[in-house]
Amino acid sequence: MHHRVHELARRLAALPGVAYILVLQAIVFGSVAQGFLSPLNLTNIGTQATILLMLALPMTLVILTEGLDISMGAVLTLCSVVLAWVLVHGGGIGLALAASAAMGLAFGVANGTLVSYLGMPPFVATLGTLGMAQGLALAITDGQSIVGISAQIAFMRADVLGIPLVLIIAFVAYFFVHALLYYTRFGTYVFAIGGNREALALAGVHARAWHAGVYVFAGLMVGITGLLLVARTNSGHPTAAFGMEFDAIAAVAVGGTSFERGEGWLFGTLLGVLAVGVMRNGLNVAGVSSSLQVVAIGLLVIAALLIDALRRRA
Amino acid sequence: MRVARGNLLESTREAFARLGGRLAAVILIFVVLGLASDVFLTQNNLLNVLRQAALLFLIASGLTLVILTAGLDLSVGANLGMSACLAASVLKATGSPFLGVLTGVASGLATGLANGLLVTALRIPPFIATYGMLWVLHGLSYYYMAGDTIYGFPPGFREIGSGYLFGLPVPIYLMFVFLAIGWLFLERTTWGQEVYAVGANPVAARLSGVPVRRRLVLVYTVSGGMAGLAALVYLARLNSAEADIGEPLLLPAIAAVLIGGASLFGGVGTLGGTLIGALILTLVLNGMNLLEVNANWQPLVTGAMVLIGVLLDMWTRRRAEEKS
Repeated sequence: MHHRVHELARRLAALPGVAYILVLQAIVFGSVAQGFLSPLNLTNIGTQATILLMLALPMTLVILTEGLDISMGAVLTLCSVVLAWVLVHGGGIGLALAASAAMGLAFGVANGTLVSYLGMPPFVATLGTLGMAQGLALAITDGQSIVGISAQIAFMRADVLGIPLVLIIAFVAYFFVHALLYYTRFGTYVFAIGGNREALALAGVHARAWHAGVYVFAGLMVGITGLLLVARTNSGHPTAAFGMEFDAIAAVAVGGTSFERGEGWLFGTLLGVLAVGVMRNGLNVAGVSSSLQVVAIGLLVIAALLIDALRRRA
Repeated sequence: MRVARGNLLESTREAFARLGGRLAAVILIFVVLGLASDVFLTQNNLLNVLRQAALLFLIASGLTLVILTAGLDLSVGANLGMSACLAASVLKATGSPFLGVLTGVASGLATGLANGLLVTALRIPPFIATYGMLWVLHGLSYYYMAGDTIYGFPPGFREIGSGYLFGLPVPIYLMFVFLAIGWLFLERTTWGQEVYAVGANPVAARLSGVPVRRRLVLVYTVSGGMAGLAALVYLARLNSAEADIGEPLLLPAIAAVLIGGASLFGGVGTLGGTLIGALILTLVLNGMNLLEVNANWQPLVTGAMVLIGVLLDMWTRRRAEEKS
């Protein structure tokens, strides 16, 4: 008996910090906020967290290469503005999505070139492109919202077999990136670049191209996410996704991926997205203002980093 | 590497070698704008440029110290916003310029200290720690202000930002005072030299007895304090405070430091360079204004300047490596 308790304690201690955080959140919000654990609200959390997941998945890949992409929020904003602009000017949904994806791709190529080929520190390279994306979004919209597109994009809010379409997109995206990271050469190189890019290059791999490819992939994902954002907000606004990369970075960090050692796991990011999504939703239901939610997420990240630091020491 | 202390001639020559190209850029921009715009060379416009460059320099000078240690402080803009809001409400409530100034600087220092502790005690990478701090401060400021604007401050206080002394705006004096203090600190004190040493090679610095963590806490605290001080100058100039007033200042501050020749890889850079960087950026943005370019393009140009600054540094570095 005593042995089993010991074994259980050992297994519990081996769980990542994010697991504790999720259980704690379920208990706290479940008891404080009425209806938090209802199926409807849980579906809601999933739907709201979709955009976050779409950013956090490629962000995980970027951070695994010991990089960072803080331009994601601004580029997503720009992509959504481009998409809305095309729709309003008579383009079809296919053309609009292509334009959005192309814009995301262009910024991905720029980030990848700056980081991988020119050797610029990722956080500064993407800070520079953040400013550029912000400027372009402002210039295209002249600081105004682009409205009048609801009919063309209504299909995105539909259900398929009773499941919201965006939730299905989220599942597909997760399994796609999972397969990419764990079952392809690209994924193997992502881990190798984070560990030691020089060794990879010496092994005869075009390490620079693959490294740049991580940012290009991230840009493409952001471009596609533009469709989800416009579908949700029904408009293109020059600050629509302002700061959204913070939630994505927080989700990756809470999920246990390390910023410095090229270590991490994609499933942790999924849990991290849930933790951040649950936090936002729970605080919303409890009536906490959105500005304080950001502070709470900052504290969540620090808590997760602390738990993992303590575990490493133990 | 750094020259030994006391060798003033050589350090001046070295500084000129690094900054000569940038001074030439300033002169070039002057000539181009002077020819392109009738307004550029008027006294009013030039004082305006200097005043804006002075504000930018105050934020960027503290940030320069952080970047010298191969760190980064992404929270300077949000810190400025938060400090301005707190100082504004104290000014409104008490009417005392002294208490207002105290609040602004104390708020900036406190945030800087928190950054320093996150980086040293929790060992969070600087760009992550200060980026998280950016959003925490952003949230707190918005919550605190709840969409309000605080405006109308005591005339005595407003002198800091909009007053004149012997025909020159007060912020320009502040800029030179802090340039002098910063120069003395970096070049003439052991602590200042240790800041360079930490950035050039942290392991070597620790082995030669430099208290690395304490110097790191120091630079982040100073950076926070300078953001708090700049908040006061900005507040006194604008005569109003809103939750988001600091946000547009982050990119320009980083651009000023990088255009000024400080290296993100640490150990290289001067406050004189940052001053020139602030001047170059302000001149470019002023020129865009005068030539009636839509202000919406400014973030794009500032973002490009950040990238140009880093590329220049990497190019200089590569050339130096090839020579040696």
